[in-house]
Amino acid sequence: MTLAISISQYIQKLRDGEFSSEEFIAKTLERINKVEKNLHAFISINENAIEQAKQIDKKIKAKEKIGSCFGMPISIKDNICTKGMKTTCASKMLEDFVAPYDATVVSKLKSEDAIIIGKANLDEFAMGSTTEYSYFGPSRNPWNTDYVPGGSSGGSGVSVSALECIASLGSDTGGSVRSPASFCSVVGLKPTYGLISRYGLISFANSIEQIGPLARTVEDVAFILNIIAGRDSHDNTTIENRTPDYTKDIDIGVSGKKIGIISEMVGEGVDKDVQSATKHAISTFEKLGAECIPISLDSAQHSVAAYYTLASAEASSNLARFDNLRYGFDFSVEGYEYNSYISKVRSNLGPEVTRRMLLGTFVLSAGYYGKYYQKAQKVRSLIKSQLVESFKKVDLLLAPTMPILPFKIGEKIDDPLKIYLLDINTIIANLSGIPAISVPFAMADGLPIGIQLFANSLQEKQLLQSAHALQKTTKLPEVPI
Amino acid sequence: MTKIGLEIHCQLTKLESKLFCSCKADYRSFEPNSNICPVCMGLPGSLPILNKKAVEKAAMLSIALGCKIPPKIGFFRKNYFYPDLPKNFQITQYNAYGPTSIGYDGMIMIEDKEIKIRRIQLEEDPGRLVYSGSSEKTQITLVDYNRAGTPLVEIVTEPDFENPKQVRIFLNILADLVENLGVADPYLEGAFRVDGNISIEKGNRVEIKNVGSFRDIEKALHFEITRQQSLAERGIPIPAETRHWDEARKITVSSRSKEEEQDYRYFPEEDIPRIIIEKSLLDNLKKTMPESIMSKKERYINKYGIPTQVAEILSSDKFYSDLFEQSHTEKNAKEIANLITTDLKGFADTKEQREQLKLTPKHLADLADAVLNNKITRASGKTALQEILKTGKPVSEIISSLDLGNVDDESSLVKAIDEVFIEEQKAVSEAKQNPDTINYLVGKVMRKTKGKANPSLTLDMIRKKLDSQ
Ligand SMILES: [Zn+2]
Repeated sequence: MTLAISISQYIQKLRDGEFSSEEFIAKTLERINKVEKNLHAFISINENAIEQAKQIDKKIKAKEKIGSCFGMPISIKDNICTKGMKTTCASKMLEDFVAPYDATVVSKLKSEDAIIIGKANLDEFAMGSTTEYSYFGPSRNPWNTDYVPGGSSGGSGVSVSALECIASLGSDTGGSVRSPASFCSVVGLKPTYGLISRYGLISFANSIEQIGPLARTVEDVAFILNIIAGRDSHDNTTIENRTPDYTKDIDIGVSGKKIGIISEMVGEGVDKDVQSATKHAISTFEKLGAECIPISLDSAQHSVAAYYTLASAEASSNLARFDNLRYGFDFSVEGYEYNSYISKVRSNLGPEVTRRMLLGTFVLSAGYYGKYYQKAQKVRSLIKSQLVESFKKVDLLLAPTMPILPFKIGEKIDDPLKIYLLDINTIIANLSGIPAISVPFAMADGLPIGIQLFANSLQEKQLLQSAHALQKTTKLPEVPI
Repeated sequence: MTKIGLEIHCQLTKLESKLFCSCKADYRSFEPNSNICPVCMGLPGSLPILNKKAVEKAAMLSIALGCKIPPKIGFFRKNYFYPDLPKNFQITQYNAYGPTSIGYDGMIMIEDKEIKIRRIQLEEDPGRLVYSGSSEKTQITLVDYNRAGTPLVEIVTEPDFENPKQVRIFLNILADLVENLGVADPYLEGAFRVDGNISIEKGNRVEIKNVGSFRDIEKALHFEITRQQSLAERGIPIPAETRHWDEARKITVSSRSKEEEQDYRYFPEEDIPRIIIEKSLLDNLKKTMPESIMSKKERYINKYGIPTQVAEILSSDKFYSDLFEQSHTEKNAKEIANLITTDLKGFADTKEQREQLKLTPKHLADLADAVLNNKITRASGKTALQEILKTGKPVSEIISSLDLGNVDDESSLVKAIDEVFIEEQKAVSEAKQNPDTINYLVGKVMRKTKGKANPSLTLDMIRKKLDSQ
């Protein structure tokens, strides 16, 4: 039995009796046991996975109604709440936190008989682009374990890439799904803001982030999107107008489509190998019948500054609740006054979270609000309107997901600004709310390169169709671990 | 000139659920920390879901206070750390970047003086701190989050008051108004809380917080005026500061907290998208919202000929005006208004009295009709009302069991009149000269019949007897 199969293959083989859900889960757990010490994709593993698989097999045997996931293993980023399992955000502050409820996305997956195989590692509170900022230690890139897997949904990218699950849910605030997808050679989608409920996603930058699926194929991503998309009465920011079926007509191709190549994201500052992979992707699309034209998006140069201003501002408020008074880790109040207790407790937040809380507090302070926060909002509107204009001319936009190849663990951790600049190609989707997807496309020095496509709001279907067309042209090596 | 402004926090107690979750808005009957959920506890991953009914109630109040309502409203986060605040920020509204609160620029009149309403904002109440422990050393602070997330409106006035008396009148009108609108019961404990700010001529603005009941605000303001004036007289500058009302000592005390320096870092609450306030919603609210006190009063005067003073009492008290609305007909309206404002008043003024009241609108209607149809006299009506309050029995039963029915058969009246004519010979002869004194004789007959004599019949019969002599 191989674990390297797609969702449709999993369902077919299970139906054909090639394996049971229990057997597949057992094999997956075996795999996790074998590779985890090198990869550290998970913060916790579901102890009851085998038992849950047995229940699903029983249902299948009894010909009871069965959910569309048939017991397939899915990992969940550990900032998405799961009832009865810890949700730590890779932080000391939530080391022992068990949410009393499932996030909407988790209850949707469970009701389709998916098995939550484990909780995936991340940068603390999803703040970071390498997964090095996890309180529990970094995840490692399965293509070369000396290298970072991207982030913040690093554990999600690693677990999908290293065959520790079939698909994963991450969250994408500034590229956090697409970065590990690119670095780990899997597909990662950041959907339109409001398409997926954030209920149960522990907020970092609530006006910017979305939950997004990662899987090994575009089709699989579309399959997961079908389950999790849609309006939710627990989240006022969710919107109507999901597409009924994202997998339908996914084979339609890109013939006649117009694709804009974002000039600012393919030139200076972009690694040579990434540049040539991008050129190759462009010519591939042209061969498939699409027309590619250069598009300038000059507001994008301000996107990183605007993003770190807004996301940090929201983070400073969203994370204020972690005062350890109602939940958190074991730490007695004895001997502390209110303020001293809070500050003592909050000194347990990691360096990146602390940095952003300070930055966010500063940009919201009296006298600075207009200078920073409001200015950043103006940049955000500008990016949005430039994108709206672009989508009048083209159907899709294209750029490399990451400007550089994966790098070594520890290489950039002392230079936060360099890490912030890694998000230069992904952030525009978060600030404007549009969907974007990263497709594994090439390898250089044994390290993956992903190509990113953007579409207009709620145009996920078109985005997935085009990404699928591109992925079908690729023949990439099997993961070496 | 003394300038006083107010900030009134009024819970929307008539709502079913909290502002952002489905926990009960009426938290008062719960054991500590049992009226809570992930949302109002601010648990990680929870999101606020706006209670649309709260927006409607707040819009209704804004209409009633003559406020403008913006086409779109939005929420802001007010960031500060306090143990009663589960998220360490409060979701509120904020107009510093343009009007987005539910109401702004309103006005109400008190005794020909305009009091301008700066804004009305919708926000969540925090939890409650409970102190326990006998001495300061052993004191512990407990937190009860049952109240956290309770829908609240904050009403902010301009500093238009010139003295504490105007404040009292305003607050009475406002309390009557919110009650009449059905948005709040201002007399519930903690439901209606008032902070003030006050400055005297050339003095700095002083804020007064922590005034428990809205009756104490008048005392606190009086105290502040005296305190500030005595500083001014001695040439001591009045510092701008926040002072707390010490209820036990009835004085204000400078609060050492750094509240003035507090930077709340307001910014938009993006978990709640801007809400478009449709014109159709406002039109509908205007159509369906309870009639204002002013309009009720005018209707009572113009339609039923109820005297102004009676109409004022009746209209300003929702409980009494509801009773009136449910019991009156065009014919008996005036009588019922009288019954309520002269005979019932005093017996159904407090919450407890009202909760235990045995009197129904039907009682009032039956009673008024009995008086109007001369079945009983007004005096007997008063007696019957007392009995209703005690027993709740039907009017007809009370009239017969207490034998209150009018004596209106001539034969029984003849006897009483004959006796009076013998006993009051001087008055009889006077009445023959001067018909204006005839009422004295009627009164005597009334007394003899214990108030049951049909007054008009008695008068007729006395006149006839005088004529025949
Ligand atoms: Zn609640």
